[in-house]
Amino acid sequence: MSHYRSDDILVWTLRACAITAGVIVLLITAFLVIESIPVLRSVGLIRFFTDPSWHPAENLYNLTPMLWGTLFAMTGSVLIATPLGILSAIFSNYYAPPTLARFYRTLIGLLAGIPSVVYGFWGLVVLVPMIGKLEPPGPSLLAGILILSIMILPTIALVADSSLSNVPGGYIIAAASLGLSRWTTIKQVIIPTAKSGLFTGVILETGRAIGETMAVLMVCGNVVQTPGSLFEPVRTLTANIALEMSYALGDHRSALFVSGLLLMVIIFGLILAAEWISRGRIYE
Amino acid sequence: MSLFKLTYNSCYKLHETHAQPEILSNIKTEGLSLFYGNDAAFKNVSLSIEPGSITAIVGPSGCGKSSFLLSLNRLTDLIPGCRVTGSIRVGELDVFDPDIDITSLRLRVGMIFQKPNPFPLSIRDNIALPLMEHGLVDKNNVDLAVEMVLTDVGLWNEVKDRLNTSALSLSGGQQQRLCIARTLALEPQVLLLDEPCSALDPLSSAVVEDLIMSLKGRYTIVAVTHNLAQARRIADYAALFWANNGAGSLIEYGAVKQIFDAPKEILTAAYISGTRG
Amino acid sequence: MSEHSYRNSYKSPPCHKIGTSRRDYLPTFIVWFSAIFVSAVFFWILSSIIWHGIGQISWEFLTASPQNAGRAGGIGPILVSTALILVVCIAVALPIGLGAAIMLSEFTATESLFGRLVRRSLDILAGVPSIVFGLFGFVLFSNVLGLGFSILAGGLTLACMVLPILIRSTEEGFRSVPQEYRMSAAALGLSRTTTLFRILLPAAFPGLMVGMILGIGRAIAETAALLYTSGYVDRMPTSLLDSGRALSIHIFDLSMNVAGGNEKAYASALVLVSILLIINLISFYLSNHWLRRRIMPI
Repeated sequence: MSHYRSDDILVWTLRACAITAGVIVLLITAFLVIESIPVLRSVGLIRFFTDPSWHPAENLYNLTPMLWGTLFAMTGSVLIATPLGILSAIFSNYYAPPTLARFYRTLIGLLAGIPSVVYGFWGLVVLVPMIGKLEPPGPSLLAGILILSIMILPTIALVADSSLSNVPGGYIIAAASLGLSRWTTIKQVIIPTAKSGLFTGVILETGRAIGETMAVLMVCGNVVQTPGSLFEPVRTLTANIALEMSYALGDHRSALFVSGLLLMVIIFGLILAAEWISRGRIYE
Repeated sequence: MSLFKLTYNSCYKLHETHAQPEILSNIKTEGLSLFYGNDAAFKNVSLSIEPGSITAIVGPSGCGKSSFLLSLNRLTDLIPGCRVTGSIRVGELDVFDPDIDITSLRLRVGMIFQKPNPFPLSIRDNIALPLMEHGLVDKNNVDLAVEMVLTDVGLWNEVKDRLNTSALSLSGGQQQRLCIARTLALEPQVLLLDEPCSALDPLSSAVVEDLIMSLKGRYTIVAVTHNLAQARRIADYAALFWANNGAGSLIEYGAVKQIFDAPKEILTAAYISGTRG
Repeated sequence: MSEHSYRNSYKSPPCHKIGTSRRDYLPTFIVWFSAIFVSAVFFWILSSIIWHGIGQISWEFLTASPQNAGRAGGIGPILVSTALILVVCIAVALPIGLGAAIMLSEFTATESLFGRLVRRSLDILAGVPSIVFGLFGFVLFSNVLGLGFSILAGGLTLACMVLPILIRSTEEGFRSVPQEYRMSAAALGLSRTTTLFRILLPAAFPGLMVGMILGIGRAIAETAALLYTSGYVDRMPTSLLDSGRALSIHIFDLSMNVAGGNEKAYASALVLVSILLIINLISFYLSNHWLRRRIMPI
């Protein structure tokens, strides 16, 4: 149709770029699967949940303590960060004067930019000793939950902020014309309207909490055990990979790739859930 | 053939490779319909536009006037989900022929949009870029062409000292004239104008309207307009589009005097007098 | 994640004039308290790092080699390694990301299968935990391609990681170019190549810049993906195939593996945080000012 040869070359180059970018996820999954196959052959999937403990040197591969560690740390931090993040977004949208709102938004953005290793370091030198005074030893599930909460807070705050500011202004004016108070308007009109956006934010922060490695590695104590209380040390799936990859060989190494694969599956499920929720959006 | 066109062509030859005949094209549509997805924008429009005339397309909004204009040089290709049926001939060119060279069609049929939209380049480059794209590489010739078309749209004296400043620094009316100039530089035979004055203030609008009048006879001009008085002032022919159940259709087409003074259709009379639409 | 920040930061708050009444005192208190609490935590973290770190920052610290496992000396070679890893990352990610973004925004219909597949896989890529990127880079780049623990392997791993961010904000840049530009370029018979390079790319440039800055930010902050790709060696690298210790790894190593390394870890953390704060502030500034002015002239 067009007589430009340059156009054809351009489109093929661009397509190659897009395909490269799109294929990375497949490559990652493929490598995780390939590297996991040996241990899945020799040990099987079931024993990752039924073995008496995680002692790869003695051919024992129970991942459940780590799964519990990840689950507890995630749940605790999501429970803390979600209300704080949504209240943050409400603050910058409806309570703060414009200048303060801009300042606060910048602050949240900067909080999002602090690297996880710095959060981990701060947790290690400030938070852990404080918890240790309260109830030894210090490195604990609680430390992990608190650090994770701070880390994932910007995620939920920024997503909530954008879904709140997408609520049509007409709703707010209509609510005001009916004489509704500020809090009633927020609770009864704005939050329900922005609901699906807020859920998406919760899912994104959950993904971040599950995937975080360095910070929890630095503050959680890394003992392989199902924690009995908030003050006991735990080890998460991600920390387990980071800790043992350097010396793992054979089936042990392969088992670490299985936990990587497990993380991928969880993340994949969360993204599907996010997709499913955002399809039900009331507004764009 | 105007004096302008003669001198103009002697200065630079853009269409050498395309071997354009030096005649003005007529436009003939037959059974033309346009759909966005499953919804028709207009249906079954058959219209024959005289070479060298100005034809005004009028009608209430949503009657498919602008879509009609877009189909004439196949800009509808750029709209996802847009489908056109029927036939259009511009001169001897079959617009929907799959083998047609789309670039030479767009060179032959120029288009001006409602909102002035110069590219974020310098004033000169807005005109030079398409010229160079179409094979005019000699810098002197490009400069010559820039000067000629800017003179032609009455912009030369206003901008000659700042040709390298951003086109976005011009006023709205100047921007629109620059857009007309860069289209004229490609020596089209047909000009499509999509409400070219409606986004401008009254003074700029008058200047652009005068410019369009001065182009009369040199190009076949099809102009969509909301402004009935303007249609009456500038056009030789007028066509009224009207929307029925969401899809537009051609109600009446004829000489502008006849349409305004002795409309044959009741709808036309009602629209002209302002009782409908 | 942080790609949201630039997108929303220029949105003015919709409406502040919501009525207040007596019953609102408690919620108002809670909202303000949360905001103050979050700010306080931020300043607590920031100030404790500045407080302990600032005293050790000197030209000497920034240029000297680490000694005694990092307990003494500086971070010169570590800054060089970090910069080299970044250069590799951007040199690879930028052309691929730019090409993919152009393909997705200009040459692919949103509802087409190709576009949907690529977008979906980029969405997943954005959510992949960094330690999984580390595993992937360790297998593909270090083992299969034989790069070992090297700056090259680390940079390539990070390139895979920053692609989603880069592509998304570049796409955003192209989206904000008015459709009229494409229409009138087509009406003037311009080829798509010319339209792209002369008109769309300059107009979308700020979006590309924001994407690149966010990508650099994410790459500098990354630790877990580098543990098993670029390695720990703290000597001055002599080639891209040398192992090089990134700044974030240095902080991790000093605080976890080196007894008495906290002082230097504070100083290194201060350097890292300063770099990131500057990068983020630049990207906010760009998206607030430059992006808007360039694209919406009238």
